Amino acid sequence: MNIKHIASLARIKLTEREEERMKNELTSVLSYIEKLNEINTNGVEPLYQTTGLVNSMREDEAFGDFRHGENLNKKLIGQAPEKQDNFVKVKSVLNK
Amino acid sequence: MVKTMFSYTIQDIQEGLQNKEFSAEEIFDHYAVKIGLENKKLNAYLLAFDQRLTVNDLRPETSPLSGVPAAIKDNILIDGTICTAGSKILENYISAYDATVITRLKKAGVSFLGKTNMDEFAMGSSTENSAYGATKNPHDLERVPGGSSGGSAAAVAADLCVFALGSDTGGSIRQPASFCGIVGLKPTYGRVSRHGLIAMTSSLDQIGPLTKNVYDAALVLNVISSKDKFDSTATNMDVPDFTKNLNREIRGMKIGVPKEYFGGGIEGEVREKIDSMISKLNNLGCKILDISLPHSEYALAAYYIINPSEVSSNLARFDGIRYGHSSKNAKILLDVYRESRAEGFGPEPKRRIMIGTYALSSGYYDAYYLKAQKIRALVKKDFDDAFSKVDVIIGPTTPSTAFKLGEKSSDPLSMYLSDIYTVPINLAGLPGISIPCGNGSESGLPVGFQIIGKLFDEETILRVAYQLEQLLTNN
Repeated sequence: MNIKHIASLARIKLTEREEERMKNELTSVLSYIEKLNEINTNGVEPLYQTTGLVNSMREDEAFGDFRHGENLNKKLIGQAPEKQDNFVKVKSVLNK
Repeated sequence: MVKTMFSYTIQDIQEGLQNKEFSAEEIFDHYAVKIGLENKKLNAYLLAFDQRLTVNDLRPETSPLSGVPAAIKDNILIDGTICTAGSKILENYISAYDATVITRLKKAGVSFLGKTNMDEFAMGSSTENSAYGATKNPHDLERVPGGSSGGSAAAVAADLCVFALGSDTGGSIRQPASFCGIVGLKPTYGRVSRHGLIAMTSSLDQIGPLTKNVYDAALVLNVISSKDKFDSTATNMDVPDFTKNLNREIRGMKIGVPKEYFGGGIEGEVREKIDSMISKLNNLGCKILDISLPHSEYALAAYYIINPSEVSSNLARFDGIRYGHSSKNAKILLDVYRESRAEGFGPEPKRRIMIGTYALSSGYYDAYYLKAQKIRALVKKDFDDAFSKVDVIIGPTTPSTAFKLGEKSSDPLSMYLSDIYTVPINLAGLPGISIPCGNGSESGLPVGFQIIGKLFDEETILRVAYQLEQLLTNN
C-alpha cells in the first residue's frame, strides 16, 4: 500500500512518523478485513438501503425555511476563516 | 423544593412541576449548579448553557417533556451555539440552525443543559478519541464510559441531566448505556431525522435517547420521531404512542437467542447476567428459541469497510475554507486542505479517512466497498430469516463490562471489537435497546442486555424491556 499516495488523495499531510504508524495500523485493520473473502458472494445483490426506501421524491419548490438575508449571510460567511465583504476568500489555486 | 440527593426521571419532573414542587427554572438551575460542581471530575459536558434555550412553556399534562432538562451530544446542532463533534477542527464552529430533533424538543418545551463529550466525529467506543479529553465512567473514574456517546451516558448515569440524546452508528448509544448502567435506544434507521446531525456514516447513523428508565426512552422517542422534508431517509410512517403498550404482558412472545452472541469473546460475568435475564423471560411466559445469525462474525469486518468509506466522503467537507480550523502555514490552496486537515483531525479520523480513501480508490472498489455491501445483505438476510420465527432477538450489548482508560486506546482493532454485538444491528437498520441487568459478579460494574426488534417495531422491544425492568426493580 502506498501511504503517500493515499494521503495525497485524502488531502491530509502526514509526518514521517504518522506515515510509519499508519502503515502498521492500516495493514492490521486490512488483514482483519481479509476475513470477508472467506464468504462467497457471487450472485448476492449489495445492500445500500436497509429499510427498502428507493426514491424519495418531492415537488421542486422552495421551502423558504432558510431565507437568504443579512442574518443568514453573517451566520454562514461569518464562519469562514478568511473573508472579505460578503465573500469567502480562497488562496491562489496555482503557484505564482 | 428540588430534592438535592435524588435522580429525577422525566415522570418525576412532570409530577414535580404539576405539584408545584419546583418551577422549570428551578429544576434547570438545580442541574446547572450540579454540572458546575461535578462535571470537572467526569468531563461529561464540553459546554454547559446558562439559560434554557427553549421556546415553549407547556403544561406538563399536555407535553410530558416540558421543562425537562436534557443533555445533547455535541454532534447535534443547536442554533447559535458551538458544536465541536469532539474535534479541534470544529473548535469554534457555531451552528447556523437547529437540528430537526432540537426543533422538536424545543417545541415540546425541553430545557437544554449543554453539549456532551464524544469520540471525535463519533469514531470510537470509549470517548478517549475526543480532542477535549476522555469522559470518566461515573461507576469507576478509572474506567471509560463507553462511546461514542460517552458524555451523554455519563451525564445520565451521574444525574447531571434527566435524559440525553446520542447517536448510534455501530453501537454508540447502546454500548455506553451498557457501560454506564442506563437505558439506550437506537431506533430503526429512518425513524428519527438526522437533519442537523454531523454526518459520519450516512447509511448507518441514527439519533436516539439515553434515559434512566424504559418509560422515559419511549417518551423521548414519541417526540423525536418524525418524517422530515430535510432528511429524505426519514420515514413517512405513522408514529405510534410508544408508551401505550408498555404494560401489556409478554406471555407467549417468541424470543430468539442467537448462538453467535455467546461465543468465545464473552466474559463469564456478562454471560451469567444474560442467562439470568433469559430465565426471567422464561418465567414471564415467553418462548425461548435458539436461533443462528451465521454471518455475525463477518459483520464487524464489513462495518470497518463501510464506515471508513463513508467517513472519507463525509469528512471531505472539512477543507479549512468555509468553516472550521484553517492552517496559518498554508501558502497555496492545496496546502490549505492538507495542512488544515493535518492540524484539525485527530488520529482516529485520519486513520479512517485513510482506510476509506484506500477502499474507494480506483481499482479497489469491488474488492472492498462492494464486497462489504454484499456481506451486509447477507447479515440482513440472517435477521430476516430469524424474524420469520421470532418476535425479538436478545443477547449481551457488549462482550465485557467497562474497560480501563488507556486499556485499548493503543490498539484500534481491539477497540473495534467491543462493538461486535451492536454493529450487525446497524448494518441491518434494525432498532435495538440496551437495558441494565445488574452488576457483574467479578467487576461489580453494570452489564447491558440488548433487545433487537424488527424494522420499525420499537414498540415490541420497548415492551419487553419495560416488562423486564419492572421485574428487576420489584425484586
